[in-house]
Amino acid sequence: MSIETTLPVLKPADFASNQDVRWCPGCGDYSILAQMKKILPTLGVPQENIVFISGIGCSSRFPYYMETYGMHSIHGRAPAVASGLKTCRPDLQVWVITGDGDGLSIGGNHLMHTIRRNMDLNIILFNNRIYGLTKGQYSPTSPLGKMTKSSPMGAIDNPLHPLSIAIGCEATFVARSIDTNIKHLAAVLKRAAEHQGTAFIEVYQNCNVFNDGAWNYAKDRETKLEKTLSLEHGKPLIFGKDRDKGIRLNGMEPEVVELGKGISEDDLLFHDEKSPEPSLAYLLSRMRYEDGFPEPIGVYRCVDAPRYDDMANQQLEQAVKEKGKGDLAALFHSGETWTVG
Amino acid sequence: MASTIPKKSDSALRRTVVDEATVRFCGDSGDGMQLAGTQFTTTSALVGNDVATFPDFPAEIRAPRGTKAGVSGFQIHFSSKEIFTPGDTVDALVAMNPAALATNLMDLRDGGILIVNKDAFEKKGLAQAGYQTNPLEDESLDSYRLHAIEMTKLTRLAVEGLGLSTKEADRCRNFFAMGLVYWLYDRPLAPTLRFIEQKFGKRPDVAQANTQVLKAGFHYGETIEAISTQYHVEPAKLEPGTYRNIMGNMATAWGLMAAAHASGKRLFLGAYPITPASDILHELAKHKNFDVLTFQAEDEIAAMTATIGAAFSGVMAVTASSGPGIALKGEGLGLAVIIELPMVIINVQRGGPSTGLPTKTDQSDLYQALFGRNGECPMPVIAAQSPSDCFYIAQEAWRIAVRYMTPVFVLTDGYIANGSEPWRIPNLDELPAIPVQHPTARDRHLHDENGHFLSYTRDKHLARPWAIPGTPGLMHRLGGLEKQDGSGNVSYDPQNHHHMIETRARKVALIANDIPAQKLDGPDKGQVLVLSWGGTFGACATAVHTLQAEGKSVSHCPLRYLNPFPKNLGEILQQFDHVLIPELNMGQLRTVIRGEYLLDAIGLNKMQGKPFSVGEIVSKIHELLKV
Repeated sequence: MSIETTLPVLKPADFASNQDVRWCPGCGDYSILAQMKKILPTLGVPQENIVFISGIGCSSRFPYYMETYGMHSIHGRAPAVASGLKTCRPDLQVWVITGDGDGLSIGGNHLMHTIRRNMDLNIILFNNRIYGLTKGQYSPTSPLGKMTKSSPMGAIDNPLHPLSIAIGCEATFVARSIDTNIKHLAAVLKRAAEHQGTAFIEVYQNCNVFNDGAWNYAKDRETKLEKTLSLEHGKPLIFGKDRDKGIRLNGMEPEVVELGKGISEDDLLFHDEKSPEPSLAYLLSRMRYEDGFPEPIGVYRCVDAPRYDDMANQQLEQAVKEKGKGDLAALFHSGETWTVG
Repeated sequence: MASTIPKKSDSALRRTVVDEATVRFCGDSGDGMQLAGTQFTTTSALVGNDVATFPDFPAEIRAPRGTKAGVSGFQIHFSSKEIFTPGDTVDALVAMNPAALATNLMDLRDGGILIVNKDAFEKKGLAQAGYQTNPLEDESLDSYRLHAIEMTKLTRLAVEGLGLSTKEADRCRNFFAMGLVYWLYDRPLAPTLRFIEQKFGKRPDVAQANTQVLKAGFHYGETIEAISTQYHVEPAKLEPGTYRNIMGNMATAWGLMAAAHASGKRLFLGAYPITPASDILHELAKHKNFDVLTFQAEDEIAAMTATIGAAFSGVMAVTASSGPGIALKGEGLGLAVIIELPMVIINVQRGGPSTGLPTKTDQSDLYQALFGRNGECPMPVIAAQSPSDCFYIAQEAWRIAVRYMTPVFVLTDGYIANGSEPWRIPNLDELPAIPVQHPTARDRHLHDENGHFLSYTRDKHLARPWAIPGTPGLMHRLGGLEKQDGSGNVSYDPQNHHHMIETRARKVALIANDIPAQKLDGPDKGQVLVLSWGGTFGACATAVHTLQAEGKSVSHCPLRYLNPFPKNLGEILQQFDHVLIPELNMGQLRTVIRGEYLLDAIGLNKMQGKPFSVGEIVSKIHELLKV
């Protein structure tokens, strides 16, 4: 056996743990797991420096299947666990795996605060618009009127839109992808990993047991090119099987227009993921299939901003620079003291 | 001006040496009574007295001025002997307004000195305090040595010419009261003058005003014939060493820092502000140059779970809160127990349930610490017994946490957290070393034949290895699902679950082999044993010493370890006719002791948001001695 002198070249299979994957056959989670294993060896991050933290739910079993460090924590709290970990250890690459219930319902508070701190975490929200692990109740992303076990006459909760939430909290990296669009998904995951600061990714994920087909419009060969729009930085917003439709701004509102007939590409809205203002990204996140818009997939926003984990550690260094390395004996003797002989 | 009036003649002045005295400053929450109290404390400590303090303030930051709800107080007991409590009754009471008088007079002993700001006893103030007639003018205060002084007027006179507004001038009144009490108890002004210079250095006019008012109060005492006796308390005979005054929360923070230092670890505190624990966060946030990272989380749950993440990362992870916050941390604590990571959870107890009495003390979270989680979820629980003991208990918590790979609960309470006492500053080499070893890939015994890391391999303490991210070859997944012992893989096997529950319980029980035997203050058999825990130590020790001096058959057993109990506790308890357990709750330790030792302990229970007085414990022991 030769002595290894360089970092081992890892394959996707090296990132598979020795545990059997127990998601339902046909679940969209398998695809996300596969793409993750595919991109991790390409990042140049030592395997032992990667950590997956999850909450509770089907998606949150993810860390058990990864041959990395990991923690399957408690419901909704993964961003907080990951924040403690990352703040103490900025050298680690930390991923948060969550779902629409875990991330937006029970854990909504932590998601909001983690994002506004721009903690350097990669958060993947598996959105299947249903509670899977508890067997089929409506979730915070279920559409109005959704009939489930807990909403037999239809859900009356107005749904949340994950990207609107993330952008509202001024996330510095926001993207959307689809479980079955594997090349796109892998590319988005890789970009998220490379981003410094909170990267928030919504993945349209199919729960084939409790909410099968929820994303069919965005996945079916027949409809996907009409119902989704692939974002490219600096490019006009064009979609359609024949790439003959686009998005134009009419005042503050987006509208769907057909190209030709006096409308050229230059009249369309151009995507700018680097825009410091989150308004454009927010506008994109408001484009919904139900309202006659294609739903944008890809990177909505990718900007630089100071990161909590980095600043927290910088403050420690600055304090040492200003006051010197802490000396307990000097601290204990500071202020008024007296001596008993 | 006071300085133009001649000092009273020597014949008019009596100097009396007393062993100890208790003084209380009280007034509106904006009157600066906490500052007066802390300054008097520092000065008394510097002259060598033993001191014990009890600040008492309302939950509201500024309740309406002049109301009873807004009264804030600070009590200082100082002595030439060793003392353990801030005193049952007050020898000298300073009341800055009628509401303060009305709410504090009952604690002034008969014949005690009563100093009031006469100017505040006007119609509105009297009405707000519920007085029909002015108590300074009727006979209701005849049993006290009343000095009604026009403090507002004298303060304004003292700062005349400095260009201060009336409002600013009135803000100096507390220094007049301090100056007078300094004279009354023969205290030097120098420490407070130094403090004024530091604190108000940027406002020379304010510094000058406070200085002049402090001196005016002092000179007033020197001059006024009506105050004829000056008291003197000699220095106490304390163990040789260098001392400082320390408050409980500060001692907790410093103890945590010392523990982190002793194990060569970064210290992480995840916290959400809550009374009365926030001062731990404030203190630690100041010391970033000690590699102390404080994380003010979005809520108590995030504070707890960020602490878990920090523990996983390999640092010394701590969270500090009070009862309502601990309730929110409950699910996280369960996770901490099942993933078997070391961390420290501090509960500075306050009155409950719910929001309860945020600024008042209580011991009613013992059940919460022992049992307040779902499932069989054992955690070691230890409690500090005095402000300075917080320093040592924090280190002990971390020692147990890393040796046994477990979260450890520390209970303090509002009384010791905000109280203070002299602390002999230890040399760093007196403090325990707390070694921590993280495994590496070379530890082959931690791997199975296929090279998989066995994250739940156990050592002789039943502790599993603390493998931290970044270590090659030890990648593993923790989680809240039941773990297979050894491999750490998820397991639903019935026998394994049974085994793991027993193992987690046995691990905590094993700690009993690793803590000091319970000590007893007094003979090891007799009529009455007072079993105290945590912050009731001081009142119980004083009560027992008082009765022992009278030859009574009483001993004191002060507990710091509540789970597991010291191994010899059961035997100790059997040697007495009666076991008395005074608690600031309905009898939580009593229930546990009865359950553990089948022993009919007797309770003394107080739920008033206040610590025990020595007298309350003495009279209960008397009752039992007669049985």
